[in-house]
Order: sequence, then structure tokens, then C-alpha cells
Amino acid sequence: MAEPTPTRDVGTEFALELAGLSKSFGALVALNNISLKVRPGERRAVLGSNGAGKTTLFNCITGDFPPSSGSVKFFGEDITFFKPHERIRRGLRRTYQISLLFNGLTVLDNIYLACRGVSNGRFSLLRVNSSDPVSIAADDLIEIANLQDVRSSLVSDLSYGQQRQLEIALALAGAPRLILFDEPAAGLSPKERSDLIQILTHIPQHIGYIIIEHDMDVALSVSNRVTMMHNGSIFKEGRPSQIENDPEVQALYLGSGHE
Amino acid sequence: MTYAISTKRPAQEPPRTLAHWFDPTRIPAHIWVIAIILLLVPTFTSEFTQYQIFGWAFILGMISLSLMILAGYGGMVSLVQMTAAAAAGYAIAIFGTSAVTEISFAWPWPIAVIIAILASVLVCVISGALAIRTEGIYTIMITLAIGSAFFYFTRQNYTVFNGFTGFNGVQTPVLFGVNWKEPTPFYYLTLSVAGLSYWFTVHLARTPFGLALQGVRDNPRRMAAMGFSVNAHRLAAYAIAGVLSGIAGILLVWSTGQISPNTGSVGPIIDILVITVIGGINRPIGPFVGALLYVLLRTYSLDFLNAIGLDGERFKLVIGLTFLVIVYFSPNGICGIWDKHIKRLWQPIKLEEHNG
Repeated sequence: MAEPTPTRDVGTEFALELAGLSKSFGALVALNNISLKVRPGERRAVLGSNGAGKTTLFNCITGDFPPSSGSVKFFGEDITFFKPHERIRRGLRRTYQISLLFNGLTVLDNIYLACRGVSNGRFSLLRVNSSDPVSIAADDLIEIANLQDVRSSLVSDLSYGQQRQLEIALALAGAPRLILFDEPAAGLSPKERSDLIQILTHIPQHIGYIIIEHDMDVALSVSNRVTMMHNGSIFKEGRPSQIENDPEVQALYLGSGHE
Repeated sequence: MTYAISTKRPAQEPPRTLAHWFDPTRIPAHIWVIAIILLLVPTFTSEFTQYQIFGWAFILGMISLSLMILAGYGGMVSLVQMTAAAAAGYAIAIFGTSAVTEISFAWPWPIAVIIAILASVLVCVISGALAIRTEGIYTIMITLAIGSAFFYFTRQNYTVFNGFTGFNGVQTPVLFGVNWKEPTPFYYLTLSVAGLSYWFTVHLARTPFGLALQGVRDNPRRMAAMGFSVNAHRLAAYAIAGVLSGIAGILLVWSTGQISPNTGSVGPIIDILVITVIGGINRPIGPFVGALLYVLLRTYSLDFLNAIGLDGERFKLVIGLTFLVIVYFSPNGICGIWDKHIKRLWQPIKLEEHNG
């Protein structure tokens, strides 16, 4: 029988600890000496212009890219050289800027796979059973993500907004401890953005997340701390209200450039 | 909308009964019809047809089925499946009883069968371990290179593989008083094993492992981001394919009583790919359809070519042209033609199609 991944964050001071993280692609320095600490349950927004290194930062945290230098600690454990799936099984999750879903499978199958990936029995040769705890967990997630009406639809038949909702549902599978949302509001209608904010603000408090978002309204309304990035470095951190009123941030976002 | 951790408790799992594994109501009517016809084949066909046509088609179909699992479910086109079958055939000859008494151990056949399946799995897993980090043409080249290396090794090694000659007089077991090499018993033996392999492959697609394998095929990066070890799943698929090709290799050597380096040479290696593509690489039934067509062409095209005044030895030309025609009109093989042109003939017109 499948069991959820046990949580191990009791008594840990930081959910995520990046120390001197750098990533270069040849001569291009995408990340330059990033040091960042995120507490368990904290909601952090990472903002910055295109090319600031936000998605590269996510890729280094999840193990999609090996960092050139520096270290990544997850709930006190050094995961710098862990493979992506090993990090996921420890409670790290992510969504992608461009939906990476299984278009040939149904919504339920997509969510079932996400739940199975962080459970035991990944190599099971027994037919998927509706009374299986993993199937029940997948059903629950369908409700949480408000996808009941399309549970048996192929992903290729979903609207863009529904695909983004499904992305979030996949990240909520199992027992997430920290989720990395990569521009979840990109391309959504105002109504869908409002639904997204609802979903994000109702995520249980013990689950932290880091959100990359260009829409300042979304980013600032769902986070309690903001990190600004520019040219691969962190140049400002603070509470949403501090960042919103910061002249340098305003200058950067209004397009007059960062001095 | 609120997010809440579920408080629902998992329902008590029902005890697994035979119905869990084999539920006749889930089998479509056309499969029943085909199954009944296949069971009755010996009543209206010659022993030659049972043995040389259907027996061979089932064996080649099973080897191709192992390729279908890797390519159709896993997106890995492996050319090592015939080599794995040949390894199993050699294991049967070496550990079982053959006319080459100075090499064969003459151990009881059940032990030889187990060793043969393990040999096939080993060949597949070693090949898989080398190939799983590659894609497309590179996977094909690596597995073809392994197949060629196995061919030359068996041809040059006389101590274990008896070199160019190989083994003959490999004995087929006599069980329950039946000599399974006789055409009709052999037909039912291969039909049963092929039927089980087909059922297993269909079943595999709906298991957690099968779903994950299809996920790895479509989007390995996302699968890793959901906690799956992509390489471990690919390697496990090679091991499963090795079991199927191993069983087929055993039947292959039992059917002819001999095994030689040519069994796993480049020609038969390519034939398996051709059979799978002709039938349809995305469906478990495809390899069997392709194998039946291939065996029919191989058996009768010689007579056909002679009848029209051409050299009968050019039968491979007929197979090649058939391959070209099928792939040109349907990249998904005969199964694709079935889906596109024949199946729809008796399907009701959908309302949205009717309304344009």
C-alpha cells in the first residue's frame, strides 16, 4: 500500500538555504553568488525583469541544472548534488512557466501520476485500483484544483487556464513542503487570476512557496516577503509594502533602468 | 474554494481475486471472436500452416512485442530484442540437452528455461544501461552495435557457443505425455504464450509502472519533477522486455531444434523492427499482425515470384516493398490503416461531425 512521503521539517529553522549559488553558461553568468534563506511555511515572491535569472534559480534548486558553485540545503539537508526526483521525494515541488503536462493522458491520470511519483509502488504491476489510497488522493486533488468537470478529459482538450490549474494541482500532490511556482498567472484571464490567488492563499500554512510572477498585483497579494533579482543577483529583499514603494524597484519596473 | 488536506480514509482494499486479474466482461467482442477463431485454427488448417505460419508468427510477434513495449510505451527503439531472444536460445542449448553433448549440460528443462530467461533479461538490462541516456538514432546505433558484437562473438567462440555451427538437436520437452514439438501441440503452446504476453502488455499500460513509462516517454523532465527516476523506469522496461524476448527465444529454439549465430545476425535484428513497424508500434496487437504478414510474405512470395517469372530468392524485395507501401500510407502500420479507414465504417456518425 502506498504511503505519503513523511514530513521532516519539525524543528528545522530554514526550509531552503542557498549559499553562494552561481550558475554560468559559458561566458554568460546567469546566477551570481545568490544567498537566500526561506523559512518553513514562508511565502516568498521572486521578482525581476526578463533575464534576471529567476527561472535559472528554480532550475538550480530543483536539480534541473547543476550549479557552477555554491550549495542548496533543503530543511537542513544538503541536496546540492541530489537528482531532481530525490529532491521531489523530500517535499520540494515546482510548476513550469510553460505547462509540461501529459497531453495524451486524462486529467485524472496526470494527477494520479503526480501522487504516485511521491508514493511507494512506482514500479507496481498491479492494475490501478480506485480504492488505492493514491487514487483517493488524486480524487481529492481534483476537487482542490476545481477540475471535477474535466476529470476524464484529455489534457489536450483543456483550456489554457485549466492547464495552469492542473499544473498547480500536480505540485500539490503528496506532502509538499516547499513549492516553486514559475509564473503561474502568465496568460490567465482576470477571472482565472482571481481564482489562482484564491488557490494560493488557501494553501495550508505549513506549506511554503516561492513564486516567480511578473504580475505585481498577484505576486504581492500572495507573498509575505519579496526578493528582487537583477542580472543574476539579488539586489533587494523586504516585505511586499517595502518593495512596492521602493524607488529603485519602481524605476526598474517602469523601465528607466536600475542604476 | 478551499484547500484542505483530505480526511477521507482509504476504503478497505477488496481481496484480489481471479476477477481482478482476468475480467471477461472487460474484453471487447472482437477479441473474443479472434480468440475463438485462433483456438479453432487446427481444425481447418494443415500442420504446415499451424507450425510454419502461425507458430512462427507468434514467436516473432512476441519478440516484436518486447520491442513494442520499449518503443511504444517507453519511446526507446531498441534493436537488441532479437539478440536477447538468441541469448535465451543459446542458454537452452547450452544448459539443456542438444546433439552437441561435449558442450550441453543436459540439465532438466525447467532449470534451462529459468537460466534462458535470465540470460535474455541480462542482455536487455546491460544494453539498456548503455542506451537509456541516449535518444533516437543513438539508441538504435548502440543497441545495433551490441547485437552485432553478440553475433560476431558467438560465431568466433567455439568453447561455449560452438562457433559458426552453433547447436542442433536441441530437445523440446515432453510434458503430460505430449511432445510439444508436434505441430498442433506446438501451435497451442505458442498461442497460449503469445496470448498471455499480449494480455500482459495490454494490462501493463494501465499499471502504475506502465503509466509512468508512458509519462517518461512523453515528458521525462516532468516525470523527474514528480518524483520518478526516469532512468530506473527505462531500465525496468528493458528488463520486462527481456522476459518476453527470452520466452520467445526459448520457443524459437524448441521449434527448430537448433540455434546458430545467424539467429541473432543483423538480418533478423532488422526484421524485428520491420515487423513491429508494419504491424503498428503503438499497439500490443501490432507486432502480431506484422509478424503474421511477414511470415506469409516470407513463405509464399517465393512461389509468387517464381510464378511471375522472377527469381524466387528475391523474396526480401517483396517484404521491403510491402514495408514501404504500408509506412508510406500509414506511419502507424496496419493498425493505423485499420483505425483510419476500416474501423470507422461501422462507427456511428458523431453529431458534431454531422453538423460540420
